Amino acid sequence: MKYQLTISSSPHIRAKHSTTSIMGDVCIALLPALLVAVWQFGFRVLAVTLVSVAACVFFEWGYRKMMKKDSTVHDLSAVVTGILLAFVCPPTVPYWVVVLGALFAIVVVKQLYGGIGKNFLNPALAGRAMMMASWAAIMTTWAKPGHWLSLVSNYTGEGVLDGITAATPLAALKADLLPEMELMDAFIGNVGGCIGEVSVIALLLGAGYLFIRKVISPRIPLCFIGTVALLTFLFPQGGHDRLIWMGWQLCSGGLMLGALFMATDYVTSPVTPLGQVIFGVGCGVLTVLIRYFGGFPEGVSYAILIMNVTVGLLDKVGHPRRFGAVREKGGAKA
Amino acid sequence: MAKSFFGGVHPDDMKRLSCEKAITPFPAPKLVTIPMSQHIGAPCKPLVKVGDYVTVGQKIGDNEGLCAPVHASVSGKVKQVAEKPHTNGSLCMAVVIENDGEYTLCPDCQPRESIDGLLPGALISIIREAGIVGMGGAAFPTHFKLSSCIGKIDTLIVNAAECEPYITADDRLLREESERFLKGLRIVMKIFGLDHAYVGIEANKPQAIEAVSAVAGEGIEVVTLRTRYPQGAEKQLIQAIAGRLVPPGTLPAEVGCAVMNAATCAAICDAVYDGMPTVKRVVTVTGRGVKEPANYLVPIGTPFEALLEKAGMVDDPYKVISGGPMMGAAQFDLSVPILKGCNSVLVLTQKERTEVPDPHCIRCGKCITVCPMHLMPLYLYKFERMNHYDNMVDYNIYDCIECGCCAYICPAKIPLVQSFRTAKLELRTVKPREPVKS
Repeated sequence: MKYQLTISSSPHIRAKHSTTSIMGDVCIALLPALLVAVWQFGFRVLAVTLVSVAACVFFEWGYRKMMKKDSTVHDLSAVVTGILLAFVCPPTVPYWVVVLGALFAIVVVKQLYGGIGKNFLNPALAGRAMMMASWAAIMTTWAKPGHWLSLVSNYTGEGVLDGITAATPLAALKADLLPEMELMDAFIGNVGGCIGEVSVIALLLGAGYLFIRKVISPRIPLCFIGTVALLTFLFPQGGHDRLIWMGWQLCSGGLMLGALFMATDYVTSPVTPLGQVIFGVGCGVLTVLIRYFGGFPEGVSYAILIMNVTVGLLDKVGHPRRFGAVREKGGAKA
Repeated sequence: MAKSFFGGVHPDDMKRLSCEKAITPFPAPKLVTIPMSQHIGAPCKPLVKVGDYVTVGQKIGDNEGLCAPVHASVSGKVKQVAEKPHTNGSLCMAVVIENDGEYTLCPDCQPRESIDGLLPGALISIIREAGIVGMGGAAFPTHFKLSSCIGKIDTLIVNAAECEPYITADDRLLREESERFLKGLRIVMKIFGLDHAYVGIEANKPQAIEAVSAVAGEGIEVVTLRTRYPQGAEKQLIQAIAGRLVPPGTLPAEVGCAVMNAATCAAICDAVYDGMPTVKRVVTVTGRGVKEPANYLVPIGTPFEALLEKAGMVDDPYKVISGGPMMGAAQFDLSVPILKGCNSVLVLTQKERTEVPDPHCIRCGKCITVCPMHLMPLYLYKFERMNHYDNMVDYNIYDCIECGCCAYICPAKIPLVQSFRTAKLELRTVKPREPVKS
């Protein structure tokens, strides 16, 4: 034989994108939010993010190596988990807490279920839930915006944080009060909160990039945010103006980060249009219920985690209608 | 706005490689190999034996039932009647003819003065004797389609979408021989008793649209289709043009439609007016793996290697494909012949390799977005991995048209179509593999 020809099933050409390029796009989309966080809280948040990414990648590599499975580090999904995990921690979080969060997210939530594509909970959010349950005080200490934190301090223990903490808008909203700042501050990121959630505009910018690159569809974010907007507009608390109350609910806490980057996680969200709509609406309803009636000020992460569990069911509910199953007689479609 | 269907993908059409190359006759090689099976249905039985002298257009194989006869494409002595490699990857009985270079025409192949007196039945038997099959790739015997559709259809659609990337055979045919194509189409309209027909052409072939529109005449409507693969898939074309959905497991006649390929119409013209059976067809030889992409008018039975030698294949081809990159079949033996249904010989280079060793589905759902048949490829794949064939049937695996959109778009590069083909094969066997207990 003169030539060595390859034989395989059609199709013989593939789209240019890959798992790696998609995860790379998500990393790029998260950069604006990281930049705003560095601007507000200093290089400590960058260090926290790097530690988180390094830990996630290390655990991913180490687990697969130990289990004698092929390495999946090159697909960058562990990097995305690392960034998102750091994003849902407060800026003052001790590094060791992040490392343990990464261990839980990568090994327990992702790899024990078979690795990329097989986990049923969002690893970063499950990691956050574990950290909240284990170190509630650490996870709810909020640094003041505009105050650069030390790279090395642990920020735990008596008095260390005096004068550099601030209440987040969510705490005020929980008490049916409007926060003592301008809504614009929350929009651009001049508020306290988790590393990645403070700036609405930066998150929207990143998500816009993902929409344009067709990495994610706007379906889930629109349904999620739209539901929160509708419910908070219809049922404002504390007798405040509906629109202002709704604006604060939308721009506070992890709603944007969650709706744009967590609820759209491929693995843990439904794959069909109808399923995605139900998923988004469900996330929105649960978020508002937890914010209004729950024990915590914030409900986004638990709302998404709860909806994650319904994904298998939603995929069944959303099964596309069979081609030609309902017959259109005489070419009714003009 | 150009008409379209649900789903689909838009790969780079790559037609620029060959779309400006005029159709040139390809010199018949010394030996042509004419397989007895170039259509869907019962294979032909050889009508000649070793040593017989055959002429161009002479019938050399036929059979009863769902079958289209085959004809000699050159004149000369029959050298062999034996099993030869076929583009479908198996061996197939074939007649090998040693070309004497005379191209003596078979006396049966006589032009007709007038076709006005011919009734549909007579036209269909002419088409049958000429061995005409669907030339878009599926190669379903045309006479069978015509006779089974008579009286059942109100909409005739010509498939000139040519949605597969790279291929320009129909594009060139319509540009250069629009009259011949239209004469063939008028015959089909006559058979069906219709005075109206649609010609669907994708928007990326403006010259073909112009050429056909210029001579279309009354009753023939050229429809510009959105450039989107698989626009030329039968059900999708009907969806785009007639707005009807062909129900699962049925043929287009169920919704009153018949779809004919453009090259098939031209072949019908040859058969009815000139008395010439299908002994040649336009083949696009293209891809980055050939130095001189071209559109050739190739005698049936010409081996791939003869075409590739003329077009200049690169030294390290990756794949040689019969047909387009989305649905064509990769070849391992280049002595395989050009068949009636083969519209392209495509050579890809090593740089165009796409395999990924151990792909992981990330549930992005893009396969669902692009599936023109509204399937859930990621779940079908998951079931196939576990041998859960019952679930695959529940998820309508039989609706899959194997267009390749899901596998094309998959970022993890999972061989989805391959897995569905495996499953369909497995379902056809008496005892499919046992499901994996989870």
